[in-house]
Amino acid sequence: MNWSKIIGLSLRHVYLIKGSFPRILDLIYWPTIQIFLWGFISKFFTLSSSYYNNTVGIILSAAILYDFLFRSSISYNMMFLEEIWSRNFTNLFIAPIKLSEIIAALTFTAIFRTLIGLIPASLIAIPLFGVSIFAIGLPLVFLLITLYIFGVTLGLLVTSGLIRFGPSFENIAWASLFFLAPLGCIYYPIEILPEWLQIISKLLPLVHIFEEMRNILIYDSVSYIQIFKAALISFMYFIFGVIIFFLSYEGAKNRGTLINMGE
Amino acid sequence: MKLEIKNLSKKFKNILAVNDISFSIEKNKTLGLLGPNGCGKTTSIGMMLGLITPSNGKILIDNKTFNSSNRIEMLSLMNFASPYIELPKKLTVFENLNVYARLYGVENINQRIEEIVEDLNLKSFFKKKTGELSSGQKNRVSLAKSLINKPKLLFLDEPTASLDPDVGDFVREYLEKYKSKNELTILLASHNMKEVERLCDSVVMMKRGAIVDQGTCKMLIDKHGRNNLEDTFLKIARSNDELE
Repeated sequence: MNWSKIIGLSLRHVYLIKGSFPRILDLIYWPTIQIFLWGFISKFFTLSSSYYNNTVGIILSAAILYDFLFRSSISYNMMFLEEIWSRNFTNLFIAPIKLSEIIAALTFTAIFRTLIGLIPASLIAIPLFGVSIFAIGLPLVFLLITLYIFGVTLGLLVTSGLIRFGPSFENIAWASLFFLAPLGCIYYPIEILPEWLQIISKLLPLVHIFEEMRNILIYDSVSYIQIFKAALISFMYFIFGVIIFFLSYEGAKNRGTLINMGE
Repeated sequence: MKLEIKNLSKKFKNILAVNDISFSIEKNKTLGLLGPNGCGKTTSIGMMLGLITPSNGKILIDNKTFNSSNRIEMLSLMNFASPYIELPKKLTVFENLNVYARLYGVENINQRIEEIVEDLNLKSFFKKKTGELSSGQKNRVSLAKSLINKPKLLFLDEPTASLDPDVGDFVREYLEKYKSKNELTILLASHNMKEVERLCDSVVMMKRGAIVDQGTCKMLIDKHGRNNLEDTFLKIARSNDELE
């Protein structure tokens, strides 16, 4: 890994964000709106539901964590789409940079983009709804890392599709996370799902992450085994994502879609 | 750097885009790759840049086969400019050059950027966003990016397309000057025959994916009994298949 090249590619995206106030605003706007929306829903549920009684902020915390996953994946996809939209794709792929360095640069820059949006939104939730995501404590770090790995994995799978199928795959980029959300048991316990869907959803790290988040907030106990299981599943998906990305790149080279890719 | 293309072919499903082409460019020489639209020039350049996997054949750079194991090493010695690909529009000229200098592993980045900015007269719009520049300015920035790593092998795809005669002449003159001072082999794909006559030591004519003729400009003009390269190009492009 050549860190100067990784920094170079990351810089390209940092310059893009730094030079555009609407882009910064866009990064902050959506997570903040989410916080407001789920904050009020959360407030209503805590007042009206026995399940959520005395556990202020479970839904809002889930919304923040889900948004973190959503933003990390979308950030990854967006950076790749930026190269296609700006017709810079060919320049990037003829530069002497390894695929692993491209993946590393996008991964590191995605966290930067994600945190720009999420930190202000998380801080707003404290005075506004009296809910702090930081109440989860140290396990929050592990939950975020696990979510981030899975978010990047989804980003990798979508960018693989973009490399393989070109810009027409763009719509899938936006839809990818909505497809997984119902199975992730983000806002409800896994028992709500039919049994056969529970089996499928347990194959995703999301269920384990959000079940553990509820476990911490409702029962005030931490199961590091559960967190480790989620991290392990996320990491396995990540390896799968990297393999698919490499295969898509080779496939695109065979089909000649890397040259002149653009809108 | 010497570039040798040996029996290179590319088949996309049932379409033979490049059909068994072979040619070479000696170190410090310029070769023009000519042919009508859709004749396989871009696919050929794509293979030489490692963007397209050949179906058959070899690409040798200084007698070493260009393959995935030496891709990074080889790409760091090459570069490419084309008006059909762009640099990120929202980044300033400096930011774009800085990013690409890093990607190409350039040492003393600021010094190299200063040199190239001076050489290509980019100073007056150095801090402007690339998307705000005129075609001529964008073209010079694209050329600056393609020379940022002081490549030994440069691929140029219609470098003066859509430029006014003044800027076009500036680019041609700059390339001549740059070549006289630096070790550089150029493969130039162009539809501007006067440009090819001025810059190229030899030319390769392609049609329907295959090479139909090659040699120096004078050789081809004489061989086909025409007065200039443009007429020679037209004769070859419009000729029947028996020529091939």
